[in-house]
Amino acid sequence: MGPRWTSALLLCLLMVASSLANEAPAHETSASGGNQTSTGHGEAAPITTLPIVTWKWHHVSTPYLVALWILVSWLCKLVIEANHHVTTYIPESALLICLGFLLGGMIWGADKVQTFKLTPTVFFFYLLPQIILDSGYAMPNKLFFTNMGGILIHAIIGTCWNAATLGLSLWGCHKGGAMGDIDIGLLQYLLFGSLLAAVDPVAVIAVFEQVHVNEVLFIMVFGESLLNDGVTVVLFNVFDAFVSLGGGAIDAKEIVKGIISFFVVAFGGSLVGFVFGLLISLLTRCTKNIQIIEPGFIFVLGYLAYLTAEMLSLSAILSVMFCGMCCQKYINSNMDERSVQTVRSALKVFANGSETIIFVFLGISAIDKSIWVWNTGFILLTLFFILVYRFIGVFVLTWMMNRFRLVPISLVDQVIMGYGGLRGAVAYGLAVLLDETRIKEKNLMISTTLIVVYFTVIFQGITMKPLVQWLKVKRAALVELSLIEKVQNKVFDHALIAIEDISGQIGHNYMRDKWRNFEEKWMSWFLLKSSARKKQDRLFNVFHELNLQDAMEYVTEGERRGSLDFIRNENAFVDFKKKFDEDFAEAMPDIMADMIQFDGCNVVFLYRGDPVPSVSLEMHEQNLRGLRQAEEINAHHLLEQHLYKGRKQHRHKFSRSHFSINQDENEVQEIFQRTMRSRLESFKSGKMGVAPPKTITKHTKREQQPKMPNGKNRSYYSGDEDFEFSEGDSASGYDASFPTRVSYRTGAGIENPAFMPDVDPSSPMHIPPWLADAELEVSPVAPSQRAQVRLPWMPGHLHRLSSLRTSPRSGDSVQEGDEQLPPPPPPPPRHDRDDNHL
Amino acid sequence: MGSSSSSLNNVPDGQQLMQETGFSAAHLLRLYERFKFLDKDNRGHLRSEDFEAVPELSENPIGDRIVGAFFLPGQETVDFSSFVRVLAHFRPTEKNRTRAGAQPEPANSRNRKLKFAFRLYDRDRDGKISRTELLQVLREMLGMQVTEEQLQSIADRAIQEADLDKDDAISFDEFRKSLEKVNIDHKMSIRFLE
Repeated sequence: MGPRWTSALLLCLLMVASSLANEAPAHETSASGGNQTSTGHGEAAPITTLPIVTWKWHHVSTPYLVALWILVSWLCKLVIEANHHVTTYIPESALLICLGFLLGGMIWGADKVQTFKLTPTVFFFYLLPQIILDSGYAMPNKLFFTNMGGILIHAIIGTCWNAATLGLSLWGCHKGGAMGDIDIGLLQYLLFGSLLAAVDPVAVIAVFEQVHVNEVLFIMVFGESLLNDGVTVVLFNVFDAFVSLGGGAIDAKEIVKGIISFFVVAFGGSLVGFVFGLLISLLTRCTKNIQIIEPGFIFVLGYLAYLTAEMLSLSAILSVMFCGMCCQKYINSNMDERSVQTVRSALKVFANGSETIIFVFLGISAIDKSIWVWNTGFILLTLFFILVYRFIGVFVLTWMMNRFRLVPISLVDQVIMGYGGLRGAVAYGLAVLLDETRIKEKNLMISTTLIVVYFTVIFQGITMKPLVQWLKVKRAALVELSLIEKVQNKVFDHALIAIEDISGQIGHNYMRDKWRNFEEKWMSWFLLKSSARKKQDRLFNVFHELNLQDAMEYVTEGERRGSLDFIRNENAFVDFKKKFDEDFAEAMPDIMADMIQFDGCNVVFLYRGDPVPSVSLEMHEQNLRGLRQAEEINAHHLLEQHLYKGRKQHRHKFSRSHFSINQDENEVQEIFQRTMRSRLESFKSGKMGVAPPKTITKHTKREQQPKMPNGKNRSYYSGDEDFEFSEGDSASGYDASFPTRVSYRTGAGIENPAFMPDVDPSSPMHIPPWLADAELEVSPVAPSQRAQVRLPWMPGHLHRLSSLRTSPRSGDSVQEGDEQLPPPPPPPPRHDRDDNHL
Repeated sequence: MGSSSSSLNNVPDGQQLMQETGFSAAHLLRLYERFKFLDKDNRGHLRSEDFEAVPELSENPIGDRIVGAFFLPGQETVDFSSFVRVLAHFRPTEKNRTRAGAQPEPANSRNRKLKFAFRLYDRDRDGKISRTELLQVLREMLGMQVTEEQLQSIADRAIQEADLDKDDAISFDEFRKSLEKVNIDHKMSIRFLE
């Protein structure tokens, strides 16, 4: 019921927004009409009085409309995604187009003319680049290059085949009289065929992302859709030129020129992208001091790569794609981790956003009487030929390819490849670009293109999922990240190379090895920071990632239980494989509680966290990583909330160039003093046998109880309800509780013998303070011993991690409070008073 | 067919090897050419020096492990048939296993491929990958890039992931289980030229 209400609400909101947008043009036309008069009026009659507010619609109209439309399209997506039971059957892109119809209808109803359309300029200059840049940046390079041969064959030969057969067959049918009386010549048919030949990257991403087919199949279709742009652009330009030259002027020379121009356009475009990719990588080498804007370079230079290629009339899509592919590795290691995250998520925002806008506007553009010309024969035949020739092309080409492939593409996959030949906005954009003076039937072509787009995106999009299920296409497996697997993969790689060397074959692995050697020797040296070069290894990165994950899980688990106490149990064993089931885990806290009492029992401790899957396709991985990130932030946030609340909140100082939080001297002192005071209080009460003040623990207890997984209220934990090590009753009753802080205290002039015995200058720094605090209540072991106990993977061992890049701040914030305290402040007068009370 | 089978006569045990390994006659011929090329002194068998003469192999971090896999324990030389038998591990698995029915298990089966990979680690052949053995492989592969301490923790962690019976070593069963989701056929096959 809930979601339905929200979606209804959203729909209302959408209506309002769109009606507002609808009125906008009306306003605009009236404004532009009345503009002259009003300004003329303004000039003619000098203002008699100071206007407090004036209505200046025309002043803001363009950017305002743009912003409004973006908002409306994104709201459409929001509404669609709020209804999950619909999106499981119908792909989002199809729904977006349908909502576009609706919006278009509203505009038509209001204006009687279609004021908003997807224009080629907007599409090619402002909507497309970021989508391609994103897919290039997130491209799984290894997978792409492994299947490069197949992709190229499909992209080049397949696209030419589609264009030629469609054009010729339509022409043949025309001659046969299937279409009645229309004025289209052979060349124009070929031109039409070439604009419809290409599989559209935007449509393919949108549909295939939701189906999760296996990665090889995905990369074949997706790679083809990206690479065939070069072919499309050339074919389109060549035939466009031929049409204007006229049939007579075309001779062998022109055709040869056309073929040459293909190579120039495709390779030139790729080269431009490559150069820009190198440029970005080089730039990020030296952006250490301007980290806050370093992500910006990727966007700007990526866009420039697109525009440069466009300027040189090369393939812009290839350019920006290769730009993204080249730089991904280097910028990821050159830039700060935060900047990498920013690039990733910002690219996703842009790409996803413009994809949404494209589909909505594809829908809106249809509601326009002026473009619709119906010719049943032409339209149906086009649809039929597109589908049939696509399948024929795929089957024939794959059959040829399979003879050379290590792992042949199965028949089922071929069917999906054929069926995945979706046409999209690129075709529409090209169709609108046609020159009306030379091509009489431009509108027929536009409307046919639109029909083809709707048919492929909506019909084929909807049926794709059932088809995939029905044919039992191999899906992408969710794989858990595991180190042993990565190690093994590396061994396999090396083994294959060695075997190829021994048996004297020059195959894939041989080439890859050569490239890698070259890359390691020169490119990395040239493009990577010296500090980043060391961390190149994938294996090592996986290890690092896993460790981070574990650290976060520790913290989360600690929060769930109210303290990180469990870590300190010496025999505790952490089961990393997460073999046991959730229900077993439910019983765990109870077992834990019992076991904690008898110190030294073998406690098998489990994670509550879901297994974190990682898909080899980076694109999917991104989402998951995002999820993990969110979890991380959550935990971090919780931590901060729970740790210390001074009178003065930790407030982020505003700074345009830094993220750092307040590290004001005074504030740190304040923290210190407050901590000390509460410690002293609890110590005092402990000594006198009085329970610590209830008021301090109360709030945490209340928060604690709902969090317990099995809903029991029994406090299973010995005494340390309160996770806040610095505040509250953590010290209830034990005098030797702060080994790490002795030095401060002596400096602070508090002479209390009770604090003295545990001084051990060598060890304490190895124990995270939360350990040190909680430990002593259950088992008063001297910290020096504890520090030496080797627990595998316990945060007690975090010093191991510390040699790696442990940049996430989860640990820091905990430790900051204690370890990084400045030299102790002069004893404040209140402490003296406390002492007197003792 | 006639010509290829006649030239197959030059290859020692040609017919039998075809039966056993599943290589075609053209494959075998080509491999025999290669074998003769590696065998500089025409001894009819290869020694480890012959392998080391392959220039690219010296750059391969685990090259000598692979070479070691060609030699049966205790033997100094490799003749052509064992050369081919080792290479047969890297043949892609066929979809139609008509031939496989007759024999117990072809060398290119998943299990045999895994076993081969396992032996690359397990140098003392005790059926277990110990921590030291894993550490050695890691050291060879990662080399300069990470410190010894980090190598050790990587090894620890990798063992923990796979080690089900907590004996601090990876047995073959554990090894197989840990790689259950990996498409071995993709990862451990190369295309042999005809």
